Amino acid sequence: MTGRARLVLRSVAPFLVALPLLWLLQGALPSYYSFVFINIAVNVILAVSLNVVNGFTGQFSIGHAAFMAVGAYTAALVTTGMETFQIAGLPLGASDAVVFFLAIAAGMAMASLAGLTVGTPSLRLRGDYLAIVTLGFGEIVRIFMNNLNAPVNITNGPQGINLIDPVRLGSFSLSQPHTLFGFTFTGIHLTYYLFLLLTLAVIFISMRLENSRIGRAWVAIREDEIAAAATGINTRNLKLLAFAMGATFGGLAGGLFASFQGFISPESFNLMESIMILCMIVLGGMGHIPGVIFGALLLTLLPEALRYTGDLQRNLLGQIYVDPADLRMLLFGVALVMVMLYRPAGLIPSARRRQEFADAKG
Amino acid sequence: MSAPKVGNPLSGKLDAELTPLLTVSAVSKAFGGLQALSDISLQVHAGEIFGLIGPNGAGKTTLFNALTGLYSIDRGEIRLNDARLDGRPPHQVLHAGLARTFQNIRLFAEMTALENVLVGRHARTTSGVIGAVLRLPGTRREEADSCERAHALLRRVGIAQHADRLAKNLPYGDQRRLEIARALATEPSLLALDEPAAGMNKGERAALRELLLQLQADGLTLLLIEHDVKLVMGLCTRLAVLDYGVKIAEGTPDVVSCDPKVIAAYLGDEAL
Repeated sequence: MTGRARLVLRSVAPFLVALPLLWLLQGALPSYYSFVFINIAVNVILAVSLNVVNGFTGQFSIGHAAFMAVGAYTAALVTTGMETFQIAGLPLGASDAVVFFLAIAAGMAMASLAGLTVGTPSLRLRGDYLAIVTLGFGEIVRIFMNNLNAPVNITNGPQGINLIDPVRLGSFSLSQPHTLFGFTFTGIHLTYYLFLLLTLAVIFISMRLENSRIGRAWVAIREDEIAAAATGINTRNLKLLAFAMGATFGGLAGGLFASFQGFISPESFNLMESIMILCMIVLGGMGHIPGVIFGALLLTLLPEALRYTGDLQRNLLGQIYVDPADLRMLLFGVALVMVMLYRPAGLIPSARRRQEFADAKG
Repeated sequence: MSAPKVGNPLSGKLDAELTPLLTVSAVSKAFGGLQALSDISLQVHAGEIFGLIGPNGAGKTTLFNALTGLYSIDRGEIRLNDARLDGRPPHQVLHAGLARTFQNIRLFAEMTALENVLVGRHARTTSGVIGAVLRLPGTRREEADSCERAHALLRRVGIAQHADRLAKNLPYGDQRRLEIARALATEPSLLALDEPAAGMNKGERAALRELLLQLQADGLTLLLIEHDVKLVMGLCTRLAVLDYGVKIAEGTPDVVSCDPKVIAAYLGDEAL
């Protein structure tokens, strides 16, 4: 019990640190930091959701950005489609809030449907073969969104969808500052708190599931699928459940991403995005929730930190020798190789792995 | 079911009193040109320990895999009580009440011993996603009940001290015991054991024998593949002998061990 409490604490800790930090620095920090924090929240949801499929259930899915895309496009289409719509009997603000959550929910539902659609035929495949199918699916979704502007324009093709409604809650839009309890919050801060809440909810659901009958069945499938089936687990249904679960939360991340960015295009969900999500969980420690959260944190913060290397080079050396974007890819490559060599279970491996190590010593 | 006394509880019964638990009728299975099982028929009665022996490659494990739904069969019929097992996927076969262990131990290596047994409870529990996320009272009760049963089963097979160790780090003999505990957690009416004594030393074998007799005394029916002739002869109520996918003999250990066909299969024709 204490072990579990520690586990919860450790995974929530980054947010507990981030929350008061943001509170204190309300006016002092430029809103850029809020953007970074919001990106972290979205990426944590993505990593934790992919972890359900890859980490717990051991199914190697690498097209996670596709589910994000489905969620983002659905949410974007619903909010822009219902822009002038006001639910009868509700004030405009409340109506907008309902529409926002409806859009996010629709995005999650569509993503889960997409997960079931791709999962039903392909979960018969294992390992590399499943990876290839999910990779293909990711590309199909992107190309689909790219070309769905004719004959009927739905996604606006490569130009993407612009001017997506910003998040609105209750009577106030999150695009304007508000004063609460004597503190002035800008809209971006409030967006962050909303995203933080949803992120914590996803982490909470994921943790509860891990320590349940369902989670044990997932891990059993990962460990030995034949033995799992012979132990009474309906492997097909449980793999589908994991897939749908991962897709649903991927869709949530997509919906949040769309409403926060205000703009999405097919290129927001390309193969690199999928690979990044995969890197987060592999680097952090596949199958271990605190690990994948750390991975998401690291891979969101690292590129931001590397932005400064451009200025640094200019100041120190007079000109930019290595483009920060190239440096980022270079460092990712090095980091991945290092982790695979020295910490193959990830930077923060699960207690199982640690115990294995302890058992080997004792 | 009344608890029969340890030993050979069925020996005093007339044939008519015996209730068939597992009925295998004319089951055949071929892999390409290799006829792995040809027209195998046998009956396992409730409460007995039924042995399945035969030289390497005789088709014993193939028959096990066919029984438990891992292989589909080409012809024939498999029934447990009145339920048809053939053509059903492994998890449904288990739900019907036939659990198994594997010849080359297949535990969930990265899970603890307790978790392995808890996975065995999966088939007999029902809580779903909502219950797990909200920790509903029903789910909590079920979970507590599963934990209690799992601990009891670990004690029963004698590895309670290893509850929190990873399955892969258990000593070999204890891994076999854990596999039995996991199978027992599914509340089977028939437990099929594929070479449970393989690789065990003398002491471990004796302990295993005790465990199996206890299980039988508790009313469980056992189907046993085993190479250790001494163990089989001392333990089994009845035996069937397979050779090249054909059943060549069936009966009590005494009868089977004198059967010329069995001797020929094990030692070659010249031995006669």
